[in-house]
Amino acid sequence: MSFALILKNPYIASGLAIVLIFVAFALFADVIAPYSPIDAAGPPLQPPNKLFVMGTDNLGRDMFSRIVYGSRIVLMIVAMSISLSGFIGSILGLVSGYIGGVLDKVLSFVMDSIYAFPSLILAIALSVALGPSPVNAAIAIAVVYVPTYFRMLRGHVISIKNEGYIEMAKALGLPTTRIILRHILPHVLKTLMIVFSMNSADAILTEAGLSFIGLTVQPPTPDWGFDLYKGRGFVLAGAWWLMAFPGLCITLLAFGFALISEGVSRIVGVRLR
Amino acid sequence: MSTVLIVKDLWVKYFTSSGVINAVSGVSFSLSRGEMLAVVGESGSGKSTLGYALLNMVPKPGRIVKGEILLDGVNILKLSEEELRKIRGSKISIVFQDPFTTLDPLRKIRDQFMEFLMEHGIDKNNALKIAREYIEAVGLTERVLDSYPHQLSGGQKQRVSIAMAISLNPSVVVADEPTTALDVVVQKQIMDLISDIKRRYSSSFILITHDLALALERADSVMVMYGGYVMEMANKNELAKNMAHPYTKALFESLPRIKQRTLPKYLTGYPPDLRNPPPGCIFHPRCPFASEKCRIMKPELVEISKGHFVACHFAR
Amino acid sequence: MGLLRYVAIRAALIIPSVLILYTLVFIVLRILPGNPVIAALGTKNIPEEQLNAIMSELGLNKPLYVQYFEYLINFAKGDMGKSMIVRGRPIASDIADKLPATLELTIWSILISLAIGLGLGYLGAQSRSKYINAFVRLLGSAVFIIFIPALGLSLQLVFSKYLRLLPSSGRISDIVNFKPITGIYTLDALIQLNINAFIDALQHLLLPAFTLGLVLSGPYMRLTLNNLEAILESKMVEAYRARGISEAKILKHAFKHVLIPVVTYTGLQFALLMGGAVLTETTFNWPGIGTYLVDKVMYRDYTAIQAVVVLFAIIVGVISLIVDIIYAVIDPRVRY
Repeated sequence: MSFALILKNPYIASGLAIVLIFVAFALFADVIAPYSPIDAAGPPLQPPNKLFVMGTDNLGRDMFSRIVYGSRIVLMIVAMSISLSGFIGSILGLVSGYIGGVLDKVLSFVMDSIYAFPSLILAIALSVALGPSPVNAAIAIAVVYVPTYFRMLRGHVISIKNEGYIEMAKALGLPTTRIILRHILPHVLKTLMIVFSMNSADAILTEAGLSFIGLTVQPPTPDWGFDLYKGRGFVLAGAWWLMAFPGLCITLLAFGFALISEGVSRIVGVRLR
Repeated sequence: MSTVLIVKDLWVKYFTSSGVINAVSGVSFSLSRGEMLAVVGESGSGKSTLGYALLNMVPKPGRIVKGEILLDGVNILKLSEEELRKIRGSKISIVFQDPFTTLDPLRKIRDQFMEFLMEHGIDKNNALKIAREYIEAVGLTERVLDSYPHQLSGGQKQRVSIAMAISLNPSVVVADEPTTALDVVVQKQIMDLISDIKRRYSSSFILITHDLALALERADSVMVMYGGYVMEMANKNELAKNMAHPYTKALFESLPRIKQRTLPKYLTGYPPDLRNPPPGCIFHPRCPFASEKCRIMKPELVEISKGHFVACHFAR
Repeated sequence: MGLLRYVAIRAALIIPSVLILYTLVFIVLRILPGNPVIAALGTKNIPEEQLNAIMSELGLNKPLYVQYFEYLINFAKGDMGKSMIVRGRPIASDIADKLPATLELTIWSILISLAIGLGLGYLGAQSRSKYINAFVRLLGSAVFIIFIPALGLSLQLVFSKYLRLLPSSGRISDIVNFKPITGIYTLDALIQLNINAFIDALQHLLLPAFTLGLVLSGPYMRLTLNNLEAILESKMVEAYRARGISEAKILKHAFKHVLIPVVTYTGLQFALLMGGAVLTETTFNWPGIGTYLVDKVMYRDYTAIQAVVVLFAIIVGVISLIVDIIYAVIDPRVRY
């Protein structure tokens, strides 16, 4: 799996390009953003013009700067939640699938119940309970996506478990942990990549949803969904730029991840949906 | 003896992205009322394509490029889509090889059968009567009408297909390897059924098969195809006695016999690449008698005795 | 196995599922440090007596496990607890008020979603052009990722503010003479043969239902495209053609086959629909359970939030069951 091959794939290339732009925004916000995201920089509710490329909000803040700095929060929350759910879900899935028995049955049922439940609503309930903050939002989103990884890893383990070479390893007396790590994990890595990217797209939309309800950040912190939430009233009065740019970024970033996911699944030859 | 089907110089090609495949090359034959013609060949011989062509249903990217198919005197290749739709199933029908995929799994047999009959102009009451009549004619009980396909066995499903195929008294029934997907016991039952129907209703059959033994056993006349060409064609008895073409002989010798002590002699080599067929006689690369002439000149189909045609330079 | 037994088992499994979600939310809500009433009321300056009075009224001073079971038992009886904010107001009656609105929005959204998804999927499958086919496929993936509030707000801007064609919020105009029966306004208007009300309600429904419907139509497009293509090239359809069945009839039968994955998908992704409904309602101020939930979130009314979660768990379970039943009806192979 050479890098050249990966990058030549049009889906991955375009998806990656989009994602990297926003990553660049996040990393180099101080350099890219022309103004401060939290201080007023000009007259309020200005449509996009030469000074303010994406217009200003009701407090006179530059929307473009808020978008750029907003990428930080969005990407941070998403990265945290994906890592958390990926890690916990995968481990639980591996163990549960490998050990089987009652533990597996019970855990699977719990995970299925959570998986079947509307993710946004559960995330909302958990966020409220934990208290609104970016970290808590990340935790809430993580809980919602644990079953995704659980199911995937468990499914993989179970199908591999039935193949001969695991039995061989067992017969040779290799310890359980080593069997899991050495023999099962590499095969799982492929599917994991696809799930990671698709999950990122979902997580961005969930994070935006939570923000739109005010459950992630507090003002004046810039966040795309939150800006949409705050700007709603003004949008309907005509300030379309307060909605267009945050909305576009959310959808664009999510789309970028979705493209990557599509590309990876084509290369790896696995169809998950 | 009236003739129900005349095929004149039929050519069918598949236009694929990797080249043009000559599936059927210049095939001609005729079929009389109540006659069963067996079309025998390996896979790739063009026999299945021929079957589809008779209903003008050659799947894309295939196309009939030349020839005439006269069904009851009408050239079906000149008919409109709507006219074709009307004759399919009513004037000429086909029984497919795989009974498992050719019935709609979501609908009861009765619904499918009756819809078929009604689409061809039969009113509802008569449709039910006819459906019942033919389900019984193929040896099934009325209970089958109330069943879904997955509740029937392969043999039963094939019988249903046959019932539908003959229920409108078509002039010709094409049976494309009707028993290949079934086990041997059921094979005999189905073939007995077909022979019985042929006798009772005077239906004409075209039996497409790779099994020369089956052909010699059941058919009235046999046409052997290879690489899209007709190699030999004759009345069954005549063929059994005076097999002339090397290919036919090879096929015959490869049939296992109960009392024989040695292994049957198999034909070596591979079927021809129909995108790039060999020059001259299409069979010459595998023919034990091939000569210089065979490599250069295509043999014509010659009548070596009454009704017995062979395409070979050495046939006498 | 028989249809009845299958349904019974599936129905029974809903209960443990609901319990799991309830437990999860209960734990998280209650582990919270600090007094929930104080958090809800937003102030620490409540005299102790009054605080205790409120808490005993709400049953919050009992030990946790008692609260856990008591709530469940009451819920089964139809009592979803009392709101922590609006003193004494039973949550159940609030929910009963708002549920029909969400139901109406959901049903119309699914209809629109199916219409767009199946329609475009069909066009893509039947089209000779490779481009239209690829376009529909791409469109399917793209619409699914649109952020609902962004789409909703855009539509509101265009159709309400600029074109003034459709209202931007609410369910029905005040000036229309209308009396609700079931709470599903379009249905009620039809029952009462009140055409004005019907049209008015429809106008209010159009933007929100289209927003949600469009976003959710994506997967249907892809499903229909793939399945329809596969079926029309299958041996089964070939056999139909060989028997002289008309293309129109063949299409009808093919669609029945396409319905299977469509129905299955609907069942699996009903949860997504609910989440989308919450966002849609919030965007359009549609007075349903979604807005209710968001309001309660704003005010930290934990009991209400808990009630909504349990309610949704039950709804999802029941819908899933209904979908399975429909599936068994369409596909006879499942039953036996």
